[in-house]
Amino acid sequence: MTDAPMLEPVKPDTSGRSQWWDVWDQFKTHKGALFGAAVFLFIVLAVTIGPLLWTIEPTFIDIRARNSGPSLAHPFGTDQLGRDIMARMMAGGQVSIAVGLTAMLISVLLGTLIGVVSGFFKRLDGVLMGLTDLFLALPLLPLLLVMVMLFRETLSRSFGPEMGTFILIVSAIGVTSWMQTARIVRGEVLALKEREFVLAARSIGTPSRRMILRHILPNVLSPIMVSATLGIATAIITESALSFLGLGFPPDFPTWGRLLFDAIDYLQQYPERVFWPGLAISLTVLSVNYIGDGLRDALDPRIRGR
Amino acid sequence: MLTFTFRRLLLAIPTLVLISLIIFLLLDLAPGDPLADQPLSIPPEVRQKMRDALGLDSPAYVRYLLWAKQFFWVEPLVFVDWVAGTSFSEGMQRIVSWQFRAPVFDIIIQRLPQTLWVVGLAYLVGVMIALPIGIISAYKQYSWFDQIGTFISMIGFSVPPFFSGVLMIVFFAIMLPWFPSIYDTTLVVNDFESFGQQIRQMTLPVMVLALQTTAQLSRFMRASMLDNLNHDYVRTARAKGMTEKVVLLVHVLRNSMIPVVTVIALGIPSIFGGAIITEQIFKVNGLGQLLITAIYANDLPMVQTLAFIFAVLIVLCNLIADVLYGLLDPRIRYD
Repeated sequence: MTDAPMLEPVKPDTSGRSQWWDVWDQFKTHKGALFGAAVFLFIVLAVTIGPLLWTIEPTFIDIRARNSGPSLAHPFGTDQLGRDIMARMMAGGQVSIAVGLTAMLISVLLGTLIGVVSGFFKRLDGVLMGLTDLFLALPLLPLLLVMVMLFRETLSRSFGPEMGTFILIVSAIGVTSWMQTARIVRGEVLALKEREFVLAARSIGTPSRRMILRHILPNVLSPIMVSATLGIATAIITESALSFLGLGFPPDFPTWGRLLFDAIDYLQQYPERVFWPGLAISLTVLSVNYIGDGLRDALDPRIRGR
Repeated sequence: MLTFTFRRLLLAIPTLVLISLIIFLLLDLAPGDPLADQPLSIPPEVRQKMRDALGLDSPAYVRYLLWAKQFFWVEPLVFVDWVAGTSFSEGMQRIVSWQFRAPVFDIIIQRLPQTLWVVGLAYLVGVMIALPIGIISAYKQYSWFDQIGTFISMIGFSVPPFFSGVLMIVFFAIMLPWFPSIYDTTLVVNDFESFGQQIRQMTLPVMVLALQTTAQLSRFMRASMLDNLNHDYVRTARAKGMTEKVVLLVHVLRNSMIPVVTVIALGIPSIFGGAIITEQIFKVNGLGQLLITAIYANDLPMVQTLAFIFAVLIVLCNLIADVLYGLLDPRIRYD
């Protein structure tokens, strides 16, 4: 919990424990969440530290060793060009998880901004919630595909093929997935606004900006954190879906979705190649979903301490 | 209730107009040229005439209004003609696909049965499986059945359709050659054998889609049942001496179905969206596959029309969900 210093509880805590210890205690009791956290940590470590230990380049072509099965030299085997699948899985995981985290950040920032503003300022509420409803009514997957199709060339030219696709996919996913967060946050803010401590803060003349930053935001942090966690999962799935439809990253810059897509062509001869990237995506999403589940329970003070 | 429905319907109109405008403006940025696949030997003046005929050089608002007129006026007229045998739409220009050189709606009508069969059946199967699982999970909370149910629905949430579909192909089409991995649209069902074949080729895509529906709905059903099981009226019903079956299936189930029914209504458009990937995997040439090929081929009228139809479905199902909620739950009155 890196945000802890900012969030010292308002009432003095005699035991000297911050509320985050209570959250952790509750989180620990949720076995699935703990297991999910361990798996997610393992996957993140594997894709970040893994390439330092497993030094075969993911793009290194060893054409003589192509299509080889699992061996000591290549634990997951090699693909049709003789590239090591384990190295490609690690490289792909880095991109997939980076896309998931960044897209989640964008969507949570947007959602929180719109939710807080529309809950706090009555005048903007109608417009912003109308916008949210409009976005919810858009057919998102087709629009995502169209967006990727339209802007891929332009962005690739200005940022290079890898970085351009990354920016495009991350912002496209972020822009189309903030609505749930905005709705939840707005609801929480509307409820908070009626509370006495907000009235007290207002009566001593706190300006709106500080009111939001000091009083509102820390109190809506738990739903934001839960939807952020779940947002990682959706972002990873969406990116893989785009890659699977052939509209994601270029083939020499693999993600898990792209690896799965490439492996489909060899489904009959080498079905195990589909298995690894699919398993990685599913495991990551499963673990993240379990973490979200546990966080939701742990951050709910009505459940905590029961 | 009627005034509410009417007001919501009126409100849906500006929403839909705005959505169609957004889709149009987004597509308007498309860099592709619809005449790019024509031979280079066409002289420039002929090419220009073709551009004029397609209306490519007119300003954006003219093209948008033309599309809107075709979608909201010409196509309904064509439909009326087709049903009643009249000829209102004679001589009117319909929305024409650049890729197929045929009216967009004719192609959609061709593709619709496949999507409806596969997606609709999958949704039905998903609902039929999800409801009993949700009910039993809630009634026996924290039992082994509930734990397994939770785990399976977590898997249904987490395993994306492009992986579960491929896994099914690996297991049930390659390792055990029980089902075909490709959906054959040309199959004509006229006897028992071809009917069996139709069932076999529908099994895998329906299973993939149904897994997703089951995962979400069974969780929802369970939560809704749990909410209701602790209410006082349940205790009253038991105290009156009603059998457990009646308490559960009549009293609790009817009350817990209220939110579940609306979720079922809300899920219909998302199933159409999710079917894009499933149709791609099993090569079902339905609406989703049509959209993908249209996007690849830069067929803007087709993309525009299909995306808008999806949007109409979403808005309509939202409306139906709201109205259903009011109808089923007498505590909720919108007026």
